[in-house]
Amino acid sequence: MSHHIIESNNVCFNYPDGTEVLKGITFRILHGESVGLIGANGAGKTTLLMNLNGQLLPAKGFISIGEIPLDKKTRQEIRKKVGFVFQNPDDQLFMPTVYEDVAFGPLNLGLNYEMVDERVKNALEVVGCLHLSNRPPHRLSEGQKAAVAIAAVMAMNPDILLMDEPASNLDPKSRRQLINLLKGFEHTKIIASHDLDLILEVCERCIVINDGRITADGAAEDILLNKTLLEENGLELPLSRQNIKSKEG
Amino acid sequence: MHMSDALLSPSVGAAFWAGTLGAITYASKKLRQNLDDRFIPLMGVLGAFIFAAQMINFTIPGTGSSGHIGGGMLLSVLLGPYAAFLVIASVLTIQALFFADGGLLALGSNIWNLGIYSCFIAYPLIYRTLAYSGKTRRAIIIASILSVVIALELGAFSVVLQTKLSGITELPFRTFLMLMLIIHLPIGIIEGIVTAGIVNYVKNIRPDIIENNAATANSSFKKIVIVISILAVITGGILSLLASSNPDGLEWSIEKILGKAGLSGGGDFVTNRLSEIQKKTAVMPEYNFQGKEKAVAAGTSASGLLGGIIVLALIFFIGMGIRIIKRGRQKP
Amino acid sequence: MTFDAEYFNIGYLDSLSYKDTFVHRLDPRVKLLVSFIFILYVVSFPKHELAGLMPFFIYPVFLLISGDIPFKAIAKKIIFVSPFAVLIGIFNPLFDKDVLIAFYGIQITGGWLSFFSILVKFILTVSTMLLLVAVTSFPGLCESIERLRLPKAFVIQLLFLYRYLFVLLEEALRMIRAREARSFNGRGRDIKTFVKFISVLLIRTLERAERIYHAMLSRGFKGEIKMRRKYRLGIKDIFFAIISVALFYVFRQYGVANFVGNILGGPG
Repeated sequence: MSHHIIESNNVCFNYPDGTEVLKGITFRILHGESVGLIGANGAGKTTLLMNLNGQLLPAKGFISIGEIPLDKKTRQEIRKKVGFVFQNPDDQLFMPTVYEDVAFGPLNLGLNYEMVDERVKNALEVVGCLHLSNRPPHRLSEGQKAAVAIAAVMAMNPDILLMDEPASNLDPKSRRQLINLLKGFEHTKIIASHDLDLILEVCERCIVINDGRITADGAAEDILLNKTLLEENGLELPLSRQNIKSKEG
Repeated sequence: MHMSDALLSPSVGAAFWAGTLGAITYASKKLRQNLDDRFIPLMGVLGAFIFAAQMINFTIPGTGSSGHIGGGMLLSVLLGPYAAFLVIASVLTIQALFFADGGLLALGSNIWNLGIYSCFIAYPLIYRTLAYSGKTRRAIIIASILSVVIALELGAFSVVLQTKLSGITELPFRTFLMLMLIIHLPIGIIEGIVTAGIVNYVKNIRPDIIENNAATANSSFKKIVIVISILAVITGGILSLLASSNPDGLEWSIEKILGKAGLSGGGDFVTNRLSEIQKKTAVMPEYNFQGKEKAVAAGTSASGLLGGIIVLALIFFIGMGIRIIKRGRQKP
Repeated sequence: MTFDAEYFNIGYLDSLSYKDTFVHRLDPRVKLLVSFIFILYVVSFPKHELAGLMPFFIYPVFLLISGDIPFKAIAKKIIFVSPFAVLIGIFNPLFDKDVLIAFYGIQITGGWLSFFSILVKFILTVSTMLLLVAVTSFPGLCESIERLRLPKAFVIQLLFLYRYLFVLLEEALRMIRAREARSFNGRGRDIKTFVKFISVLLIRTLERAERIYHAMLSRGFKGEIKMRRKYRLGIKDIFFAIISVALFYVFRQYGVANFVGNILGGPG
């Protein structure tokens, strides 16, 4: 369960119509690291994440997770250890009630009903949504949906957490709760986000993607405070570091 | 607008429910055998799509009034007949339960009318044959219009049959039939055009979706369709027999279970006894196709009407009273 | 009804179904079966029967009061869907002109009796069906039909449809509002535009289905969906069932209305 090293070796990926999206992605992520994946729209962040859990398979290069190479046959097994929180919680919550959504994963793992119940209650407790157990997902707020989606993935006890734009639809309070939650997670985290302030708070390491290639890979603090680097890659300084002059100035 | 419970008799409603349940079971089984996992979320979401699509109106050229699509043929093209039938059944179920569009007893008939003819007869026999031979835009348009029109006309005929066999309405059979068939012709043509338009559009952007379905066309399916068509005709025949002759079988057992109205304990003894006898003999002609024999219900006499009004008023006033008391208790 | 109104409508009935009252807590199988039997009894009345139907109102009224469902909401819906039944039923007085009841110089033909009978049957069956949904959550209804041995594939279809209904309605609503903002004088509502509109919605829907499928796969989905069984039959449920059906039987067999009317010495 420990020491799951994620290795991406010269991964290339194309869309069916031939467009190249990933053009040779190489990196190595160690157990417990929290990595922010940043880049402009269309740079390839989501595509890379989808390659990491086997939803898409690279055209060239390979990915290995904990020494197991990722391919069509192994991806089912690997998904037990790699949890993916999608951008849109509505796509992830498809069962009639919150409880059943969170239980979906553990049930698929083959656990018995008692263990499933324990996992579900724990996961909902962690995200602060235990009282919503019997609600149908369409009666949740965006923040609650995001939290439940995370719980649904957490209930499978993954070692590695992939997240795609987790805070995009959240109001400030929910966003803060999410940040606190993520800070408390011990898992390996790879978070793709435009919210550079969130990345700054949650991640120690940062990988910058530009037009399908990695243009920077290092400590989050170094990268996220490097104005020139960010602007070269279609980004800006995190809002909290910008010198926003007041209108009277 | 779908058939309402108030216009159905228990035997007709139950008969078509039996047929529909059989079809649902059969379609589910078939689906289990060949199921592509992807279909589970796909069917659900497409059902929601049809729902949303039905709520969007467009103006019918030349009339200025608005119309909306049914979706049966489109679903069949996208999903194949078995999955499409289940989706249609699910959409109609929710329409009935949440919108009161069609009744609970009538749901069986509505699913039959809107699902069977489009998925199991029009689609395989007409659309498939015409559209897959040509595969050009034009072939799809013609196939679409023809299959939708036939499916709708068969459905319309079904509705008339069910209404008439139930014997609740006085609409003359021939007039009703003519009206329904005529109305559904332009509706069918337009829906056919719209369906073809959507299919052609989707083909351009995501050809893989339509192709998936075409691959499953084979001749053994045609055999099944022919069997189903024959069964459909036989079922129709049996129902007419049931309706027009003595109330054997289904009707008789239902009469037995539900009892006959008219026994009363109070006053006017003789009148009530007489009307009771009239009622017993009048039950049979009620379901007769020809003639308009009177079914005089004993429970409806002038005093009955008065009593009825009083009972109704009592129920409502007591109900309102309880509600007011409840609300009063809830206030802090 | 405009699209907006319909959308909020379905949401409203759905939200009522999550209340917590005595009827809400009853086993959904019992509520479903009793309601179905109710409808069978109601439609089994011959076409000229009117008074005998009246006692049956006790069932929907009971559901309404006990379930704390607002009367106006149900009444509005019934009125909204009634035109169809009225339209068909209105032919009865035209064709059936034999006088069946006469008192104090007032003559009521069979046609009018059967017309009102249709209306009353309509109100009884529609209100019961709406109230059934209002006091039983939709997933609860689905669980009950699964336990009544309906095929699981169909039940899962119902649940998924229900889940994504609101999502899709919202998506369509957004598109419609965008359309409204850009179409004037009825242009933009023709069939060609409609086809394009719906096709775009369809493509989006298909893409959504793919995303959901991948979400399912990434949580270990292998083809089987395990459903939870929440309800267990209790004494209250059985009592409710027995008392209700017994009442229906009595109302159907014995002319309660007649009885009341005769006691009060009404016109023969």
